[in-house]
Amino acid sequence: MQDLGIKVLFMGSNFERLLDGLWVTIHISILSVLLSILLGILLGIVMTSKNIVVKAVTRVYLEFVRIMPQLVLLFIVYFGVTKTFGLHLNGETSALIVFTIWGTAEMGDLVRSAIISIPKHQRESGLAIGLNSSQIYRYIIIPQTLIRLIPPAINLTTRMIKTTSLIVLIGVVEVLKVGQQIIEANRYTVPNATLWIYGTIFFLYFFTCWPISLLAKFLEKKWKVN
Amino acid sequence: MKKFLAILATVIMGASALVGCGSKDASVDGGSENLFRTVDEIKSSGTVKIGVFSDKKPFGYVDENGEYQGYDIYFAKRIAQDLGVELEYVSTEPASRVEYLKTGKVDIVLANFTVTNARKEVVDYALPYMKVALGVVSPESALIKAPEELNGKTLIVVKGTTAETYFTENYPDVKLLKFDQYADAYNALIDGRGDALSTDNTEVLAWAIQNPGFAVGIEEMGNVDTIAPAVTKGNASLKEWIDNEIISLADEQFFHKDFKETLEPIYGSNVNVDSLVVEGGKVE
Repeated sequence: MQDLGIKVLFMGSNFERLLDGLWVTIHISILSVLLSILLGILLGIVMTSKNIVVKAVTRVYLEFVRIMPQLVLLFIVYFGVTKTFGLHLNGETSALIVFTIWGTAEMGDLVRSAIISIPKHQRESGLAIGLNSSQIYRYIIIPQTLIRLIPPAINLTTRMIKTTSLIVLIGVVEVLKVGQQIIEANRYTVPNATLWIYGTIFFLYFFTCWPISLLAKFLEKKWKVN
Repeated sequence: MKKFLAILATVIMGASALVGCGSKDASVDGGSENLFRTVDEIKSSGTVKIGVFSDKKPFGYVDENGEYQGYDIYFAKRIAQDLGVELEYVSTEPASRVEYLKTGKVDIVLANFTVTNARKEVVDYALPYMKVALGVVSPESALIKAPEELNGKTLIVVKGTTAETYFTENYPDVKLLKFDQYADAYNALIDGRGDALSTDNTEVLAWAIQNPGFAVGIEEMGNVDTIAPAVTKGNASLKEWIDNEIISLADEQFFHKDFKETLEPIYGSNVNVDSLVVEGGKVE
């Protein structure tokens, strides 16, 4: 019975299709993670501003994105934009936009909290030895912020990778959907394919997220020495 | 105090942003007529976009070589061929089919789309090419033979299907366990997370044949529904083209051929073809 299930994985181009699906997942997540990190760092710096208007606007943005389920955001961008402006965004572009909007908000808040967690005397010591404000950022704040940022940023990255499984609802066939297609196509003949396919997908996700964790560990160690 | 005010302001602004969004959506609904493509536009673009299921064997699914197959697909291919254009499949989910049409992201939905009055208000259906009723499948050891037996029990349904609305309206005492995907729903039944599963009878009949230990206790309930291609509301030229196509295909008994190719391998030869297939859009 057990060897029946794994057979499905190697029927036709099934395994290749799973990998293609994984590539869709990976390239959407990597692109949106990169954009989120870049924009999030900028947003985080802006969020530390004392200006009440800036504070309010960024706060509303953050809370809006946090409160809204990602699926609702996906539907708003994919279907809502077409309805409102008659503009057709394809599923992948919509996903990229939504994940970047979401990632930027979350990343921004992480950067903000990392920056304000740097003790006040660090900045003051910098001023005392005659550094100007951009030098203080360059040499004092940013290096310390980066170290504190790694664990939560990695957490966000892996969360984003896993949340991409929602994009099937806007027609993007990613790894999980390919898995379901394979299960369904064989469910009359190989009913126990489910476990094998989901098991394989588990490992695919694992081997996508694991290297990211390893990289994080490496960076943390390296930057701590400095 | 300052902090409290800031939070209050945030909440109010957030709420107004949400409300703003909602009203915007409502106001554009009326002005979305020109989102679809007419037959001429489809022909000159060279591609017809058809929304299909990619995980509902034997109607629309993807085989091990990554090719779309099934009863709906067989018809979709013919439509593209007769339009003289390329066929682009769009993989849809039961709950998002209407949105795909409303926004013109597909030209036609051929995804086992049962005709209902509520749906008729938001999409336009062409002539039917199949008919179904609801069926209920349950474990043989605790077979459900009448819908009343489900009161107080858990019934598994897929979101956005006729089964969901039918049981919500007519049997409010039945606890519904809802899933987004067919695959998950069937797995829930196998795992015993519900007492029975309901969806189209064609679907549960085929599934029960292949899954020993399960049987269809209710083969036909609810109204006999038809399944038809759907187009965006107001897309008269495309609807008319599909209607004519379905009428002319009756001469060659196209849907009987379709049945033989795609459904018979699943249902076996015990099923009466004419209880499922509709030729020329005529339902007796």
